[in-house]
Amino acid sequence: MLLLQEAAAAGAHPLTGSVAEWIWLVPVLPLIGFLVNGWLSLSTAAKIGPADPTAHHAHHGHDDAHGHGHGHDDHGHHPAAHRHAGIVSLVGPAVLFAAFAVTVAIFFALAGAHAEEPFVKTLFRWMPTGNLQLDAAFQVDQLSMVMTMVITGVGSLIHVFSVGYMKEDPGYPRYFAYLNLFVFFMLILVLGASYPMLFVGWEGVGLCSYLLIGFWFSDKANADAGKKAFIVNRIGDFGFLVAMFLLFSHLGTLSFTGVNANASALPPIVATAACLFMFLGCAGKSAQIPLYVWLPDAMAGPTPVSALIHAATMVTAGVYLVARSSALFALSPVASLTVAFVGALTALFAATIGLKQWDIKKVLAYSTVSQLGYMFVGVGVGAYAAGVFHLVTHAFFKALLFLGSGSVIYAMHQAYHHTHNHDDAQDMRNMGGLRQYMPVTFGLMWIATLAIAGIPPFAGFFSKDEILGAVFARTHGSTLADASWLGIPGSALLYAIWAIGLTAALLTAIYMTRMMLYTFHGANRTGDAERPHLKEAPWVMTGPLVVLGVLSLAGGWLNLPTFFPAGPVQALHHWLEPVTGRAALQITNGTEAHLEHSTEYMLVGIAIAIAVIGITIAVTRLKTDALVPKAQSPASEGIERVLEHKYFVDEGYDKAVVQPVVGLSRSVLWRGMDAGLIDGLVVNGSAYLAKGFGWLGARMQSGLVGTYAWVLILGVLGILSAFSLR
Amino acid sequence: MSDFFYRVHFYLFGLIAIASALAFVTRKSPVAAALWLVNTMFSLAALYVMLDAHFIGAIQVLVYAGAIMVVFLFVLMLLNLGHPNEISDIRGTWGRVAAGFVGLAILAQVMALAGSVAPKALVQPAGAAAESLRELNAVGTIAKPLFEEHLLAFELTSILLLVAIVGAVILGKRRAS
Amino acid sequence: MIAEALALSAVLFTIGVIGVLTRRNAIVIFMCVELMLNAVNLSFVALSKLYGATGQVFVVFVMTVAAAEAAVGLAIIISIFRHRQTVDLQNINLLKG
Repeated sequence: MLLLQEAAAAGAHPLTGSVAEWIWLVPVLPLIGFLVNGWLSLSTAAKIGPADPTAHHAHHGHDDAHGHGHGHDDHGHHPAAHRHAGIVSLVGPAVLFAAFAVTVAIFFALAGAHAEEPFVKTLFRWMPTGNLQLDAAFQVDQLSMVMTMVITGVGSLIHVFSVGYMKEDPGYPRYFAYLNLFVFFMLILVLGASYPMLFVGWEGVGLCSYLLIGFWFSDKANADAGKKAFIVNRIGDFGFLVAMFLLFSHLGTLSFTGVNANASALPPIVATAACLFMFLGCAGKSAQIPLYVWLPDAMAGPTPVSALIHAATMVTAGVYLVARSSALFALSPVASLTVAFVGALTALFAATIGLKQWDIKKVLAYSTVSQLGYMFVGVGVGAYAAGVFHLVTHAFFKALLFLGSGSVIYAMHQAYHHTHNHDDAQDMRNMGGLRQYMPVTFGLMWIATLAIAGIPPFAGFFSKDEILGAVFARTHGSTLADASWLGIPGSALLYAIWAIGLTAALLTAIYMTRMMLYTFHGANRTGDAERPHLKEAPWVMTGPLVVLGVLSLAGGWLNLPTFFPAGPVQALHHWLEPVTGRAALQITNGTEAHLEHSTEYMLVGIAIAIAVIGITIAVTRLKTDALVPKAQSPASEGIERVLEHKYFVDEGYDKAVVQPVVGLSRSVLWRGMDAGLIDGLVVNGSAYLAKGFGWLGARMQSGLVGTYAWVLILGVLGILSAFSLR
Repeated sequence: MSDFFYRVHFYLFGLIAIASALAFVTRKSPVAAALWLVNTMFSLAALYVMLDAHFIGAIQVLVYAGAIMVVFLFVLMLLNLGHPNEISDIRGTWGRVAAGFVGLAILAQVMALAGSVAPKALVQPAGAAAESLRELNAVGTIAKPLFEEHLLAFELTSILLLVAIVGAVILGKRRAS
Repeated sequence: MIAEALALSAVLFTIGVIGVLTRRNAIVIFMCVELMLNAVNLSFVALSKLYGATGQVFVVFVMTVAAAEAAVGLAIIISIFRHRQTVDLQNINLLKG
């Protein structure tokens, strides 16, 4: 009531008293799901054990030759599903659908209100300490609602898919508990009205990511992958924290509205430093160079997790953060160019690695890294709406790709299971020709592939084209073009970014087509015994795929280019204008940077041509018939070997960072600090000290009164000194 | 003139007290030491009188010099400890040097503290002591506060003395066994 | 004269302390303690000139306690002497547990 009055006193926001007041319900619903599922998981854990690691390990320790995530486990080994599976299947997705419904209602309320200012719903005082007055508050604005729609919408579909995919897993309630918790934190992340709130969500999703990557923790490789993700993200979090400290020390506030209003008061050097540190955080969370290494390993988790966390939502948090901090990044052309350039490099780098991966999920993982790079290019050059647009479309088609691959892996696993084969169910060399067995998945995945490759009219075409067009448009008449980045003129750098983006687009088309060809086309390589058991996944899994397929097909309509002859042109762009419009204008020197229509047609032509060329290269050059199952494949050589081993970056990090740290830990921290200082000096030392004092005390208790007199007098002297020297 | 006379006597008795005390701690023979201490007591009694505490001066002579020190001498002689060589009494050179340093340190500290902390607010008006001495005479000056303000403490002291007597008797009694 | 009396008191006290620290004969140490008590008495008396007769009352108490102490202490020494045939504190370590 008090809050309402305060809001009224401050000039009532159009959303005051509307359904937007219920925004807290959106994150709370998944939290309820987490509590229910978590309780179910724990209540049964005491009796039967959630995952029964020993039984788990017994028949799955050895089915994965290269030690990385075998996606799916245990189908049918436990004949009965978890005994609470029914409730969990109901609660898990239902809370998401409810949250989605609330979100839709608020979304339309916001659309109807035409609010220029964000609506902040304060729940309670969170950290009233000195100068730092932090509220636990949710911010309803155009950007946060787009993100919330994606998270709850795509999240709901993935939850439904999970029901089919994970149903027979003994840790089924635990899985949904984690998944619900993840959605809760993700919603905190995007709805939080201040950087610390965002950080809470940021850390929370990191935790859930860790828990879900290591979901099958009885396999050491999975547990290690979870730890890797967690630790690499901590490096990024350090940057984010430093950025927050910088902002607070210079602005005295950490709420988005406060920072945005006062951002122009920041000295340029501080703005640049804060943005660069913040981007370090983004690079960790969103898997950009040099912190991208955790994302491919994160494929060790269940495939729906990869779809939800490591493709559609969490990894885009960095993009969201840059878009959210657009007012800051607009102040610093250098930081913006860094973001764009790193994004472009990541896009190209990951795409080359994706060319030579055999694990179907690894291909998608590197594709995700690459596409995230595109998003950073978009937000880096100040085309915040374009970056967010690509974020949304990517959530659609990448979730579809991951779920489709999950469906494929599921089918492969079922087939292998029937014959008790322990081959790798995720290796594309063991697949081939699956289109006859899983036609629905086949068709939907082609839609997603065309979308990511950039073929019109699929969603990815519009978003990717808009980013590349924005890069091209910024090469002239923007603050970025006039700036100098490490001595390179910004304009030249932007051309380079554009060229890199096009190259990466070409590679994307190639590796995605390669993945489709190897998986679905050609002859089947699964094995004669297994072939009859290959079949389409159940409808609970293909249903969400169909919805995502429709979205991938039509997602582009969210933000059609200006030259488009029909439809709502630039809808998302206009929608986001209250949040990012000012910053975007600042970067383009106050003018709407529109290219000539002729130039735009040319750019679009180039983009389409490149996509078509890429697909053509893949179709004509790749020989699916030459492939043999993984077990008989020869080791690759030369450049192929380098690509297959991901440029040996992991090995390099191992040598350059991990080994020195481990060595240092072993010699200095363990032997020196722990064994020497802590155990030796402090633990045993205190014992020796006590022993020494005891010995001394025993000697002093000589029983000789003369000695006691001495001690007494010295004590008196000490007390007198304390008085007189005071 | 009389002030000078007073001053000279004050210093004289003070020096006698210090000299006797030094002699007391340095004598090897316990009996000689005890007699030097008696000397110190006497000069202290003289100083008490000079400081207008006539009654205290009197009981100093009676109780300390007359009673307590006699008991000491009595015990010394009872235990046949009067010979100086029986106990190599004084500790080694280093012990004495160390004791001297500690003593000097304490002296310095006490001196440093003495002037600084005397509360001025409680100081009685000049001549008040002489006034009460004239009014109540030497014994009454002490007797009045002793039996009015400090009566309880006085009575407790008697219990203390009783306990001490009982304890001394029990300790001094030869055991049957 | 009060300042001189207080200084004298400090000197006598110090001499008593030195005596306690250097002597080994239990009875002499006792007498040193008596000297220290006397030194304190002197300051009581001197200060009673400033603050009134309460100081002298305290001197009476101190003397009483000193007398009691002498009685009990000497009884203890006699008792110890009977057991050990010595009053050398160096040879008496009954306080040792």
